[in-house]
Amino acid sequence: MKILVCLTKAPDTTTKISFTENDSKLNEAGVQWIINPYDEWYSLVRALELKEAGIATDVHIISVGKADVEPIIRKALAIGGDEAIRIDADSNDSFFIASQIAEYAKANQYELVMTGKESIDYNNSSIGAMIAELLDRPFISHVLNFNIQNGETTSVREIEGGEETDTCPLPLVISCQKGLAEQRIPNMRGIMASRTKPLKVVPASNSEPLTEIISYEMPPQKSGVKMISPDNVDELVKLLHEEAKVI
Amino acid sequence: MILVFVEQNNGTFKKASQEIISYAAAIGKQTSQPTAAIVLGEANNLEALGNYGVQKVFHVNDTRLNQLDSKAYTKAIVQITQEQNAGAIIFSNNSTSKAVAPRVSAKLKAGLVVGAVSLPDENFIVKKSVFSGKAFAKMKINSPIKIIALNPNSYSIQKSADNAEVIAQNINFDNTDFTVKVQSTNKVQGIVPLSEAELVVSGGRGMKGPENWNILEDLATTIGATLACSRPVADSHWRPHHEHVGQTGGTIRPNLYIAVGISGAIQHLAGVNSSKTIVVINKDPEAPFFKAADYGILGDAFEVVPKFTEALKKYKASHSS
Ligand SMILES: Cc1cc2nc3c(=O)[nH]c(=O)nc-3n(C[C@H](O)[C@H](O)[C@H](O)COP(=O)(O)OP(=O)(O)OC[C@H]3O[C@@H](n4cnc5c(N)ncnc54)[C@H](O)[C@@H]3O)c2cc1C
Ligand SMILES: Nc1ncnc2c1ncn2[C@@H]1O[C@H](COP(=O)(O)O)[C@@H](O)[C@H]1O
Repeated sequence: MKILVCLTKAPDTTTKISFTENDSKLNEAGVQWIINPYDEWYSLVRALELKEAGIATDVHIISVGKADVEPIIRKALAIGGDEAIRIDADSNDSFFIASQIAEYAKANQYELVMTGKESIDYNNSSIGAMIAELLDRPFISHVLNFNIQNGETTSVREIEGGEETDTCPLPLVISCQKGLAEQRIPNMRGIMASRTKPLKVVPASNSEPLTEIISYEMPPQKSGVKMISPDNVDELVKLLHEEAKVI
Repeated sequence: MILVFVEQNNGTFKKASQEIISYAAAIGKQTSQPTAAIVLGEANNLEALGNYGVQKVFHVNDTRLNQLDSKAYTKAIVQITQEQNAGAIIFSNNSTSKAVAPRVSAKLKAGLVVGAVSLPDENFIVKKSVFSGKAFAKMKINSPIKIIALNPNSYSIQKSADNAEVIAQNINFDNTDFTVKVQSTNKVQGIVPLSEAELVVSGGRGMKGPENWNILEDLATTIGATLACSRPVADSHWRPHHEHVGQTGGTIRPNLYIAVGISGAIQHLAGVNSSKTIVVINKDPEAPFFKAADYGILGDAFEVVPKFTEALKKYKASHSS
């Protein structure tokens, strides 16, 4: 069984977000790019565990991006992917990205496609479900626990205020949530091996983006904190009722 | 026509559902189009959805839809959209819509905005949350059909006495549309899920250990709030993972967020700084969270929280007559 793991780059979580060019672009000065945490910590590692358990045969990594995503692809190979594909395009439209991945997945017959639950930059939480639709496959979102036995999968997924356990046959697409696996740090052997693992660059196919980002804005600044004495909690209650009107 | 996908939970419609109907009806008004709801699976009292602004309800009364299968849900929503020649579909940004809205988007080649926080403008540009709440993006949908998943607690409910006309809708399912089998569900009873909570009490490492959570539980119960926590608290298994908020946990936007013993790291703030009012209780005057707060108390949580709870109880007693 072949697994395709989708990876995207994201600004390091400590990044102070700001924008340039009339607030139309992320200010990338000083931004450290990391593998989107859900893709690295949970999706990729769970795929590798399935291979180690003898359930999967190959774990391939795919990313839609320009050459600047190659360092994070190499890192994923160092953690343990067998081979990587970069689809050469720069886009933030979910449908465009999903179409590229779906096309590659269809041609290369992956029984399982895994994405992160969301990218921590655009927070669309969309690409996995779109790939599933384009491949006409079932989809399970926000999976916290995943197993395969005799071609039948069992997923525990997060729902509002709880969890649901689903079974479903392969082929399948899932999006991965915290809890699915434990983060792995690449070791020296992995890093050395990653340098010679195949990284294919594939041209993007034509697909119309359905959305575009016109501009960005920052949330309104807080007007400043009102400090209340610990001996005067009644005052806080009054302010929450009369001024903030939240209780 | 503007369509809005609505879920019924235990025979009722949650606040988030009422919000999206009101939101869809407002878009309908803006663009002079009728608004209709789609309800899948067994449900009752659907006329009442008219109270929030829909004229019609398309009801697919098929018990196989009582549980989510994103393929089957997509088929139903796509068919109704095409039959009605609808121009927009509105979802609530929740776990069901995350599995369904993108599928509908891919099928209909309809641009999708997830995490919208306001009404679209006349050019169908919609403001949405990005970078886990650190910023907003204005996103334009270029396709003829537009899909929006609205964040809970972002739009206020408009209520009237109108009733909706309920139309039994038939969908031509075949067996391959149902592949996912739900084996069990496990829900915390009687608590508003974090994503929908209006009031949240959250604890960090300053609480010292899980055995001290009783004071936060008391505070939360007093005002009917839902509990949350910082990441290290969940990682140390002091609290369950679903309570973890922040950049790599839940993103929430309650009316009131009370943060106790949380320093306010950038990754934590990312998930909570859309809260309308933030109260910070911390013993360190340098804690970065105070800069993001509306109200702050500098003091020891173990002294301040019980006093605060008492004051809230007193206030509630005097306002409940
Ligand atoms: C990739 C990445 C992703 C991350 N994602 C998240 C995320 O999603 N959510 C998240 O929360 N964190 C996240 N973090 C971790 C984040 O950087 C901080 O480490 C974390 O938020 C700190 O948690 P804390 O405030 O509970 O603990 P601390 O930083 O240890 O703060 C404890 C606070 O309690 C106060 N305190 C101590 N005793 C008392 C007392 N008796 N009374 C009152 N106050 C007291 C202290 O003054 C201090 O301010 C992430 C980190 C990384 C690297
Ligand atoms: N450019 C991309 N290339 C490959 N996979 C991606 C890309 N963007 C997003 N993904 C995958 O889709 C998931 C959800 O992303 P999103 O829908 O943008 O929130 C991510 O966690 C990745 O696994």
